[in-house]
Amino acid sequence: MRWTLLLLYLVYTLLPIIWLFLSTIQTEASLLTLPTQIIPSDITFRNYTDIFKPAAFGQNSGESTFILALRNSVLVCLGTTAISMIFGTLAAYAFARFNIPHKRTLLLVVLGSQLLPAVSIIIPLFRMFKTAGLLDSLMGLILAYSTFSMPFVVWIMAGYFQSVPRELEEAARIDGASRFQAFLRVALPLALPGLGATAIFTLLNAWDEFFFALIFTSTYASKTLPVALAEFIGRHSVNWGLLVTGGFIASLPPIILSLAFYRYIVSGVSAGGLKG
Amino acid sequence: MARPAVLPYTKPVRRRERNGELSERALGLILLAPMVLMLLLVVGYPLIDSLWLSLHRANLASPEQGQPFIYLGNYIHAFGQPAFWYAIQRTLYFTVISVAIELGLGLLFAVLLNERFRGNLGARLAMILPWALLTVSNGVLWAWILNPTYGIFNATLVNLGVLQAPKSWLSDTFWTMNMIILADVWKTVPNMTLLLLAGLQPISADLYEAADVDGATRWQKFTGITLPLLRPVILVAVALRTIGAFRVFDIIYVLTGNGGPADSTKVISFYDYDQAFHYLFFGYGAAISWLITAFMLVLIVLYTRLLRSEVEV
Repeated sequence: MRWTLLLLYLVYTLLPIIWLFLSTIQTEASLLTLPTQIIPSDITFRNYTDIFKPAAFGQNSGESTFILALRNSVLVCLGTTAISMIFGTLAAYAFARFNIPHKRTLLLVVLGSQLLPAVSIIIPLFRMFKTAGLLDSLMGLILAYSTFSMPFVVWIMAGYFQSVPRELEEAARIDGASRFQAFLRVALPLALPGLGATAIFTLLNAWDEFFFALIFTSTYASKTLPVALAEFIGRHSVNWGLLVTGGFIASLPPIILSLAFYRYIVSGVSAGGLKG
Repeated sequence: MARPAVLPYTKPVRRRERNGELSERALGLILLAPMVLMLLLVVGYPLIDSLWLSLHRANLASPEQGQPFIYLGNYIHAFGQPAFWYAIQRTLYFTVISVAIELGLGLLFAVLLNERFRGNLGARLAMILPWALLTVSNGVLWAWILNPTYGIFNATLVNLGVLQAPKSWLSDTFWTMNMIILADVWKTVPNMTLLLLAGLQPISADLYEAADVDGATRWQKFTGITLPLLRPVILVAVALRTIGAFRVFDIIYVLTGNGGPADSTKVISFYDYDQAFHYLFFGYGAAISWLITAFMLVLIVLYTRLLRSEVEV
């Protein structure tokens, strides 16, 4: 009984992924054979090189749109994670250790803004960015992403700091350290696992984001991978081989990161680390 | 890692400030300032601006009309629009069915993966793959699977004799939304499973052994021990997933770029996006978004109450 269930589970979880991968390593002729074949007849890895060629993914003067989208995604995600981790961790420590006026309410407001849907703020943000010249820019995306990244960091790290015993910081203070030094030299190094997990989650959430990127970007100066992929799918003559390859490659960083840091993922998810 | 909670504040031992050292309150406020200022800028101000905008008629396609103040005109207009109510109905349909399936499958898989057997870790790692896949990539994958001519879904069904001829799943008024649910649920079940698994860990094996001694069946153990002890986690997971499902947009856009045949997949977020960024009715769009925000705030408040009560357990 258990083994049937296990089989069902594995089929459910892995079959579409396997099909995705199989679809990326076929020639177009093999992919579009009718009747549809399960075992690919013609295996090639050409899609993985073709996709980096200019204009493979959309019109752009000679540069590879896929690489541009990749670059944009990387920069936006790193920027978002850096800002959110720094601002968020500082705030989280304050929440965990200090007597802040109206702390409870403030913390709930922070959590609330993490759960707010994008539609709540996307129209006014669009107007703001338009006025400030931040449309179609990486900085604009980073600002927009911080609306959900930063509250998330605060929420998780506040809980984490709370679970780290104060005694070590108190000991440091007895030894003459200031409160800030106690934070920097004692609390922060102790919180490294929590910081790592939070950073990974922030990265993954930002990498996956689509709605803000769709509205705020218009050229490959700032278009991220999800937008590039979604655009490609709306075409009349879709090159399915390239498209699924793009989808697969875009997912490789999150897949590899998640598998490598599986323990962090598990503890993070159980702490509520899901983006909606 | 501790579950983050609304923190009970425990008074630390107060120590005198040294010369030049900032007081606890001062340092606390300085540490908070960057985050608070940023949130005020990118969340606080936009929310207020959106509210103000929603009280005006602002059609960016007809700038010559200006942006007159129309009090609650946009809101009244919304309540009179069948399209608005249909979008809400579509959103409820998506949310209820998605969360129900995710809970059912999530429970099933969590209970399965909680048992000790060889290859358990590998099985758990398998969950990461749909979880880590990009939402847009997932859309691409299912668009491919459901492709009328070349997709494996049609091919399998026709081969099995279930279908006479290939069906265009994403052009069918009834089926499109259900296929979107399929695509989204497939990717989201691992989330639920992970959450529930985490909730299953602390349940002591002794309880099940005692039940075995009393001759309890599998089902009795499940309903008598697992479910009651898992109740808080289930409630939190369902609340979280409901909040997430209600604001769905990405998968709808990728699989049905225009809201689906006969608007059958135009959920409320998509309806808002359509009105604001396609028709350029910014004032109306702002009003819709505030209706959504108000509803979500209710859900969020309920969720935080739930979190608090669960933590006290």
